Amino acid sequence: MSDPLVRLENVRFAYGERTILRDISLSIPRGKVVAIMGGSGCGKTTLLRLIGGQEKAVGGQVRVDGQDVATLGRDALYAMRRRMGMLFQFGALFTDMTVFDNVAFPLREHTELPAELINDLVLMKLHAVGLRGAARLMPGELSGGMARRVALARTIALDPMLLMYDEPFTGLDPISLGVIGQLIRRLNDALGASSVIVTHDIQESLQIVDYIYFISEGRVVAEGTPDEIRHTTDPFVHQFVHAEVDGPVPFHYPSDDYAAALTGGKA
Amino acid sequence: MSRTTLDLWVGIFVAMGIAALLFLALKVGSISGSEIRSPYTLTAHFDNIGGLKARAPVKSSGVLVGRVEQIRYDNERFQAEVVFTVDGRYKFPVDTFANILTSGLLGEQYLGLEPGGEEKTLAPGETIKKTQSAVVLEKLISQFMFDKAAEGEPAPAK
Amino acid sequence: MGGLRKLGSVAIEVVWQLGFIARFFWLILVYSGQSFTRLNLTIRELYFSGVLSLLIILVSGLFVGLVLGLQGYEILQRYGSSDSMGTMVALSLLRELGPVVAGLLFASRAGSAVTAEIGLMKVTEQLKAMDMMAVSPIARVVAPRFWGGVISMPLLAAMFSTMGIFGGWLIGVVFIGIDDGAFWSQMQAAVDFRYDVLNGVIKSCAFGVAVSLIAVFQGYDCVPTAEGVSRAITRTVVSSALAILALDFVMTSFMFRGL
Repeated sequence: MSDPLVRLENVRFAYGERTILRDISLSIPRGKVVAIMGGSGCGKTTLLRLIGGQEKAVGGQVRVDGQDVATLGRDALYAMRRRMGMLFQFGALFTDMTVFDNVAFPLREHTELPAELINDLVLMKLHAVGLRGAARLMPGELSGGMARRVALARTIALDPMLLMYDEPFTGLDPISLGVIGQLIRRLNDALGASSVIVTHDIQESLQIVDYIYFISEGRVVAEGTPDEIRHTTDPFVHQFVHAEVDGPVPFHYPSDDYAAALTGGKA
Repeated sequence: MSRTTLDLWVGIFVAMGIAALLFLALKVGSISGSEIRSPYTLTAHFDNIGGLKARAPVKSSGVLVGRVEQIRYDNERFQAEVVFTVDGRYKFPVDTFANILTSGLLGEQYLGLEPGGEEKTLAPGETIKKTQSAVVLEKLISQFMFDKAAEGEPAPAK
Repeated sequence: MGGLRKLGSVAIEVVWQLGFIARFFWLILVYSGQSFTRLNLTIRELYFSGVLSLLIILVSGLFVGLVLGLQGYEILQRYGSSDSMGTMVALSLLRELGPVVAGLLFASRAGSAVTAEIGLMKVTEQLKAMDMMAVSPIARVVAPRFWGGVISMPLLAAMFSTMGIFGGWLIGVVFIGIDDGAFWSQMQAAVDFRYDVLNGVIKSCAFGVAVSLIAVFQGYDCVPTAEGVSRAITRTVVSSALAILALDFVMTSFMFRGL
């Protein structure tokens, strides 16, 4: 347990002029489920892209299983991504294929397994997310929660060592939300994988994760186990956990003086 | 849509496309009938080629036997040099006469070959010695006018 | 001053785009292996760009041929050479109308569909998901669609010309009463395989490459929003049409000069 699976050291990232991440250092230990939290648009998704090598950090280092992601060539990067699974916000299922073919996709692309074996594997994965009966449906016929479970089955098709979830709880009803949450935890333990969840759904996360990082304005502002987070006195975390409107995170976007703006600057 | 129906449709599509290409090549473009087989090259010099162009037909007794390949100006003889190919099935005597003719009054110009009586035939690459230039309509008309004038001239003198 | 600046920015934009397209073209060629080793990927795209364009191509070809027959007869009759109608119909279809009109129809039927499909895959993060699954979207999504279009286009153009000649024949021989033998023999005497048929096929291949490249590029490059996709589709149709007409002019000037 000494060497974490993913380690970010002083990572800085910017889209052109716009700095997204200023200085992020965090690590994801093997076998654990880690949540990364923060307000909307604080660069959480970018963090996953950095780990997956879809974006390159401007400064600092992203290490996955000991390898510096930024220095990997295309083939090495693709080899690493085969051991990663990423669940996109809205599932990103291939809309021109059935549920079965979606889950079979990574197996067919990356293995030379015979059709019967692929069939068995796909049904096992679908069974794990409780959707074996939906194998012949098209993605358009699924509800949002079901689509995300199918995407989850596809993500674990190759038994990855690292699972990444981009906003897995967004737009789900409470039941689906609970189902996804439990699946994330159970699959992580069953596969012996490590998981990163990027989310702003604090209540659900507190129940399933081992460790939580809070990100604000491109920095890690707080971290801790769920118990520590629940009893924290940190004003930012407190505002987040209790969903307060105003606090360290202001309600208003930075602007000039309200009164001055209304009177046209004459006051 | 299942794989097999999809494959079938694509098969039909490709077959139709190839059939259309064959139709264009054989029925419309007549690749088979009039195409020149195993051609050999001959050369002829003309004082004036008129409107003859590269790829114009070469005919003998009205039958297509070859095509004009290239038209150059020969700066040593001050003549036009016409290089043309002839179908390998046809041999022409060495004293063959090459004319530049016009199909119809205003039609396209072509190279006509009139075989002579020699036994020896032209070998590939050889030059036809006996040629007749294109008939230039303007020259013909001015000739005619000149003749008429010459004919009528003595009259007023009387 | 403002106008000049605008011109400059437009010029820079165009050069950028051309550079991007050239690089993208190169990537497609590099990642084309799968399109041929896993033929069913390309066959699927042949279905979407080829088979589904069949009807519009055949019907349009027939109508163009019918119109050519009527107009051609009307003009040729003035010079007493209505026998050459077959020649006129065949030459105009083989050299110009076949490749060009089929190309324009292909761009608006199949090209726009390809752009929309790839664009929507981008919007719904399917391309990113594929990339995260260590499957190159260019090899898996873009290249098969590109080759499907490239293969379909000359076949469609040939069918268009064939239907057009059939339409001309209907008007000339069946309705007007030109002699059937004269129609075909005049045509065969005037149409050269290499010069007319093959050059037309070469043109349609070039248009196929241009339209398919523009279509996959616009889809892959689009801004991933609903508005971005709709703009990309418009750009596909407009720039395909311009590319076809410009390429046609350039190729015609090389192919058919100095007869």
